[in-house]
Amino acid sequence: MKHKKVRLIARLDIKGPNLIKGIHLEGLRVLGDPQEYASKYYFQGADELIYIDIVASLYGRSKLPEIVSRTVEHIFVPLTVGGGIRNIDDVKELLRAGADKVAINTAAVQRPELISEVSRRFGSQCIVLSIEAKKQSDNLWEVYTDSGREKTGIDVVDWAKEGVARGAGEILLTSIDAEGTRKGFDIELIKNVTQAVNIPVIASGGMGCVEHLRAAVQKGGADAIAMADILHYDRSTISLIREEANQAEIDVRRYEP
Amino acid sequence: MSRNKVTVIDYGVGNLLSVRRGLEYNDASVIVTGDPEKILQADRLVLPGVGAFADGMQELEKRQFISLLSEVAEKGTPLLGICLGMQLLLDRSEEFGVTDGLGLIPGTVTAISSEAKDGQKLKIPHIGWSNLVKSENAGVKWEETLLNEITEDSALYFVHSFMAQPKHSKHLIAGCLYGGNFIPAVIQSENIIGCQFHPEKSGRVGLQILRNFLLL
Repeated sequence: MKHKKVRLIARLDIKGPNLIKGIHLEGLRVLGDPQEYASKYYFQGADELIYIDIVASLYGRSKLPEIVSRTVEHIFVPLTVGGGIRNIDDVKELLRAGADKVAINTAAVQRPELISEVSRRFGSQCIVLSIEAKKQSDNLWEVYTDSGREKTGIDVVDWAKEGVARGAGEILLTSIDAEGTRKGFDIELIKNVTQAVNIPVIASGGMGCVEHLRAAVQKGGADAIAMADILHYDRSTISLIREEANQAEIDVRRYEP
Repeated sequence: MSRNKVTVIDYGVGNLLSVRRGLEYNDASVIVTGDPEKILQADRLVLPGVGAFADGMQELEKRQFISLLSEVAEKGTPLLGICLGMQLLLDRSEEFGVTDGLGLIPGTVTAISSEAKDGQKLKIPHIGWSNLVKSENAGVKWEETLLNEITEDSALYFVHSFMAQPKHSKHLIAGCLYGGNFIPAVIQSENIIGCQFHPEKSGRVGLQILRNFLLL
């Protein structure tokens, strides 16, 4: 039995000033102003929002703090922000702009001490370890960085455990294989990670319908579901997904828009 | 009608921006300050905060806010502590050794149990949305608290590893259940109020709770 309500999270990948979407974290298409989409999802009843600047780790500085501070003017649910975070100062800048948590991937792989530093300074609830996973063979996934562009040779389950030991408060687990396909989550990946760690795991990549959500939660053990495509292209809404989840007897927050 | 005035205490801890925006959304005139004089003169006070208890107390002490907060509590200024700010209101915390708190509501801050009622392991921190549960022996009527017009099945956003246990049941207004274990969510002793959840991160219901505080 799950002891907590499953969180329905809208994930917005950002490039420069724009919301974008691709498949397998590639082939990006510009969709529009992230702030407009964020507002829409907040009013639909999203439990949380995640912003990831997907090119920031390649080019250094980003427009994220500015986008974040404009977003939080009207949004009163937790906001996680990631992309290009390299040190404590970057974290501080994003928190000051209004982020509640930061998601770190590339810089954590390059220097795992960063996880401990952020956790000690701002608390474990503040740091989300973002893991991009690509399947190698049965029950074996490799950690990728830079939005799925760089191999690391690191095993996903080992890395998740190390992240917890270093003080991460949550894991954002993105399947590169499933991302943007709308064909369902990589359930085995989620299961392997949730069984290895005792912190919440947000499943990301592959959400096409509520059946997928049910599998990620009931078979995979996911604590939260990040959705992008399904929302951005208006194939469904958070409200509708919440209602369907309720009917499927998945415990979600009651919310009437 | 004049706008409700509220002062958010800046002591170097927590996401002050979100609290400020949440209060402004409710048309309050908000001052965020670490100036003792302004804190003393405030109509209403909010004590935000995230992070470790000892760090929070240290920051308050550094600014000589401990006696200042006793003074404003004494003169009846409504004071709302949010999350760590709620925990700081109690006598002491058991987080990483025993640390004294502000002692404005009798009680102790203890760790959340990592074992559910059914024996399963629970994830800590407790992160996510939980429904409110009414407390049986509350000394204040529900309608006269922050929770006026808030229904019990409303979910609010929690993120914490420790919880504020008031000594007297009359100070406990509402809680939530995590793995079947009761966690205090709202406590109150006269003008001193604490909430464990983040109203500024709990959507529409949270905003209404902030509005209720402005009307107390």
